[in-house]
Amino acid sequence: MEFESAKVIGAGLAVIGVVGSGVGIGNIFSSFISAVGRNPAARGEVFTMTMLGFALVEAIALYALVIALLILFG
Amino acid sequence: MAETAGHGGGHSPLAQFEIHHIVPIKIGGYDVSFTNSSLMMVIAVALATAFLLLGMRRGALVPGRWQSAAEVTYEFVADLFRETVGQEGRRFFPFVFTLFLFILFGNMLGLLPYSFTFTSHIIVTFALAAVVFVGVTIVGFAKHGLHFFSFFVPPGAPILMWPLLIPIEVISYLSRPISLSVRLFANLLAGHTLLKVIAGFVAVLGVAGVLPLAVVIALTGLEMLIAFLQAYVFAILTCLYLNDALHLH
Repeated sequence: MEFESAKVIGAGLAVIGVVGSGVGIGNIFSSFISAVGRNPAARGEVFTMTMLGFALVEAIALYALVIALLILFG
Repeated sequence: MAETAGHGGGHSPLAQFEIHHIVPIKIGGYDVSFTNSSLMMVIAVALATAFLLLGMRRGALVPGRWQSAAEVTYEFVADLFRETVGQEGRRFFPFVFTLFLFILFGNMLGLLPYSFTFTSHIIVTFALAAVVFVGVTIVGFAKHGLHFFSFFVPPGAPILMWPLLIPIEVISYLSRPISLSVRLFANLLAGHTLLKVIAGFVAVLGVAGVLPLAVVIALTGLEMLIAFLQAYVFAILTCLYLNDALHLH
């Protein structure tokens, strides 16, 4: 197998890791919607933690993307 | 994909991250030129300083619009700091506030056409994260001495589990500067590259180019949100690490 094709396949495989981030973000916002549905008054506080959680989970997707870019262009 | 998107002018979507030397300076073999990255940093600092100083110049009891904006910014970071760190860490508030505004203005300035996002370079975000990590560790040792190492033992864990838990805790502590820097860098890099790639389609498609144009407009809005969110997350994680160092769990 050529090195270029192996790199491209490796990058494609590395990006599969973002599926975890998709599940995680769905989880976070589903909890946020449930929490606000049960207790609308808590919306402000819960929203802050939701944003923090979202950014932390999205970082995992970006780690996978960085590895894919490293494989492809490094 | 980069080739087809750029065949018109030969611009790759990654060309926006190139460093251009504006004033070449060499000191003893080291290249310390004033680059476009340095220029954007100076502009970010100048804008943040002007925003706060000029906004508070009047100092009226009932604030006008600009003073109100400056006060809201201060209150936002102050509330965040007070909630996570509390009163002992008050002397670190200027550091966190500066960090927040520097990253926020840096991210936002990168969205202007033909400008440069200095936070999209790993060396810049790693320098910021390293300062936070080393500073927080020094604060922890200065306050607790060698007792700081008790931070790596999770509370309520049986002694038999310690040989397994302590290396895990140490590794996760050492990975903090890496995660802090890569989060900011990768978010900005991916966002701005995606923006340029889709923008490249607008010219190529001709009349049907309004569709990628709409996507670019929506993406720019998303990028503004992410710029603010990433600055907020960097600041709040700095506060949480400071809280860990000051209060050891």
